Amino acid sequence: MHNKIKMQAKDVDFFYGKNQALKNVNLDVYANRVTAMIGPSGCGKSTFIRLFNRMNELVPHTALCGKIFLDDLEINNPSVDPVDIRRRVGMVFQKPNPFPKSIFENISYGLKVNGIKDKAFIGQKVEDSLKRAVIWGEVKDRLHDSALKLSGGQQQRLCIARCLAVETEVILFDEPCASLDPISTAKIEELILELKKDYTIIIVTHNMQQAARVSDYTGFFLLGELVEFGKTQDMFTAPRNKKTEDYITGRFG
Amino acid sequence: MRKFKEFLIEKLIFICGLASIFFVILIFLFLTKEGLAVFKYVNPVDFLMGKSWYPISEPAQLGILPLIFGSLIVTLGAAIISIPIGIACAVYIAEVAPSKIKEVLKSGIELLAAIPSVVLGFIGMVTLVPWVKTVFHLPTGLTALSGSIILAFMAMPTIVSIAEDALYSVPKSYKEGAFALGATHWQTIYRVLLPAASSGIVAAVMLGIGRVIGETMAVMMITGNAAVIPQSILVPVRTLTATIAAEMGEAVVGSEHYFALFAIGIVLFIMSFIINVTADLFLHKRH
Repeated sequence: MHNKIKMQAKDVDFFYGKNQALKNVNLDVYANRVTAMIGPSGCGKSTFIRLFNRMNELVPHTALCGKIFLDDLEINNPSVDPVDIRRRVGMVFQKPNPFPKSIFENISYGLKVNGIKDKAFIGQKVEDSLKRAVIWGEVKDRLHDSALKLSGGQQQRLCIARCLAVETEVILFDEPCASLDPISTAKIEELILELKKDYTIIIVTHNMQQAARVSDYTGFFLLGELVEFGKTQDMFTAPRNKKTEDYITGRFG
Repeated sequence: MRKFKEFLIEKLIFICGLASIFFVILIFLFLTKEGLAVFKYVNPVDFLMGKSWYPISEPAQLGILPLIFGSLIVTLGAAIISIPIGIACAVYIAEVAPSKIKEVLKSGIELLAAIPSVVLGFIGMVTLVPWVKTVFHLPTGLTALSGSIILAFMAMPTIVSIAEDALYSVPKSYKEGAFALGATHWQTIYRVLLPAASSGIVAAVMLGIGRVIGETMAVMMITGNAAVIPQSILVPVRTLTATIAAEMGEAVVGSEHYFALFAIGIVLFIMSFIINVTADLFLHKRH
């Protein structure tokens, strides 16, 4: 009844120094589905999502116990190069973070670091990615302007396009709409629904309506524990856990 | 009473602030007044483009071209040595070094900045100069190259600490974005961090060079002080600064030699002014 598992967290504990941020988390991410992580601030959901592309390694004094899988590959194995993982698992951040370069260079950067030199191919890929991220129409006449001149919503779609260009298999969204207005948010959500045809998507969000709108599966985190995980529809209509019910009905949070 | 105190302190600070500008203007006026007098004896083109500097011959020959070249070649050499090493060092400290090594290196760099130039000149004289002499089989080790190497050491602390600041202040999100796209650490540094910090790095380089061009003591001790247009970096040269320092004591006040030395001062003033303004422009571009 479930389709293929794309990524998997097994018995994951995570520490910042002596603080335990995640406690024994087990979670399956299904291929071509949108999996949402919800929970109050500081519950560990952002920390969790950053394990899937080994981004937490940039933070000093952190430690991970347990295993994370991408297909059959155990990605947190020391013999695995995080660079290889990040080329398969892309990420879009909370605050749009285009590079201080032109719109074109923002997209071509990812291709260049992957060793692609063919200019015609890069040009085509830039166009395709921008179209895919539904921003092409807005930027096609100014590809060589600085990306920093774009609005927040446009910057975020540019960041998504940047991610699409490198053809990852999974895209992690870490509160992608937290700093955007409702119209930009709607555009991003539409985009996410469109992208799940080709990508596996994990999204962290503060916004429960957003989780309900875009996701197929939802995990509810509280104080570093995965309280409940299941189909979004089930969780929002008939939560199994009292705490989940309290949170999604807005009794605390 | 309280208001009066506030008033007094405000005015006092105001005067202190004004004083620094006032002194700069005063120095500049004095320099111009004494320096421009030399043009009664020699026209500006001959002064700047003249190839011989014989201030006490009769009649005096006051061409400072060899001195300008001397300063430029020593500065250029120092820049070629110190810029790549300085930037690489800044990248290492800002990005690569573990925090303990980082602390050690940073204080090391500060220590280097604290060494008086005469001490560096002295060390250069007893260690570097003989080394240059034997390595390049030269009649003397007192050359532009020796000066460049020692001056590189003096420019390095400025370049490293300001460039490191610039790299450090690049938003973390750029770095995360690059990593998330599968860039390696070096690709991130080279294609994202360095370009993002470029204006600060240029400012660092300019300030480093500014320090080099104005340096006197160390160059005077180890460049040989021959006022000849240098054909290579392996010959003795004399810089603008060393000329003033060496000759001011023996120049007769009010003589053309005396005025010429002040005119050299103006040339130096203009050079370092241009460099500092350029550095400033780049620093402000950052914000």
